[in-house]
Amino acid sequence: MWGGLLSEGYVLNWIAVLVVAAVGLVAILLMFVASRLLAPRRPSEAKDSPYECGIPAAPYHWSQIQIRYYVFAIIFIIFDVEAVFLFPWALIFVESVPIVFYEMLVFIAVLFFGVIYGWRKGVLQWR
Amino acid sequence: MILGEGTEGALITELVFWTIALSTVVSAIAVVQIRDLFRASLFLIVTLLGVAGLFILLRAEFLAGVQLMIYVGAISVLIIFAILMTRDLEDGSTAHNFRIPVALVALILMGVSIYAISNTEWNIIGTETLNTDQMNQAADVFSNGIPTLAKLLLRDFVLAFEVVSVLLLSAVLGSLALVRGR
Repeated sequence: MWGGLLSEGYVLNWIAVLVVAAVGLVAILLMFVASRLLAPRRPSEAKDSPYECGIPAAPYHWSQIQIRYYVFAIIFIIFDVEAVFLFPWALIFVESVPIVFYEMLVFIAVLFFGVIYGWRKGVLQWR
Repeated sequence: MILGEGTEGALITELVFWTIALSTVVSAIAVVQIRDLFRASLFLIVTLLGVAGLFILLRAEFLAGVQLMIYVGAISVLIIFAILMTRDLEDGSTAHNFRIPVALVALILMGVSIYAISNTEWNIIGTETLNTDQMNQAADVFSNGIPTLAKLLLRDFVLAFEVVSVLLLSAVLGSLALVRGR
């Protein structure tokens, strides 16, 4: 009746995604191969440093980063979760009753309160 | 006929399934075997992507999207941030004597899971027990998964939906308070 587990349209849609992903991978691979084949290779100490900016690099190649970056990662995750809820909402709010639209605004407003709170308390400031 | 059973595009589905399943398992093994934590986390991303692919094969497109956005997009970023904050990264984890007990616990857990999965009576709904109306509903869920989910979220379970925002808000405030208190 609904044509099995995976209908033809569904499979075709995802095959398109698969093809795009494959093209992307092949493009990356081609760029690496091309740079290996075409670029001249005259290595020197400066060129081999991971980040060449004129100043001698730190003696170790792995340094700890500041913990304060983590706040931004956590805030990012929370708004990522919010974005997940936006997708199904975006599919139906036009044809639904108007209240559905405002429900999501309430959702976003509640979360935005968190950002305003952090802002007022100076958490987002780089010290 | 059983709901969700079908042979359309069976060969290609099978092929895609085994490709995804193999790469998921191989990269999962790589996650635990590679000493370099940073590379291990990159393999974890491959594993999570594979799980997203399995969700797509199971026709759970929304779950696949969630998997992609939250696990591949956000959790892996969090893990990599945590790794960037650690010292002595390339030495891997220090030696410990837990290898055998951990392996035992993992084996027991795997055995219990397999036992539970194979002994559960899965309620497979046959079409012969459904009337036309229910069949149409099921077909709607299968073909229009995300809009159906959205209608449930924003109409029938609005309160739960809004409570989610409060939950997320408390997570924001909690993490901000932790950082301030430092």
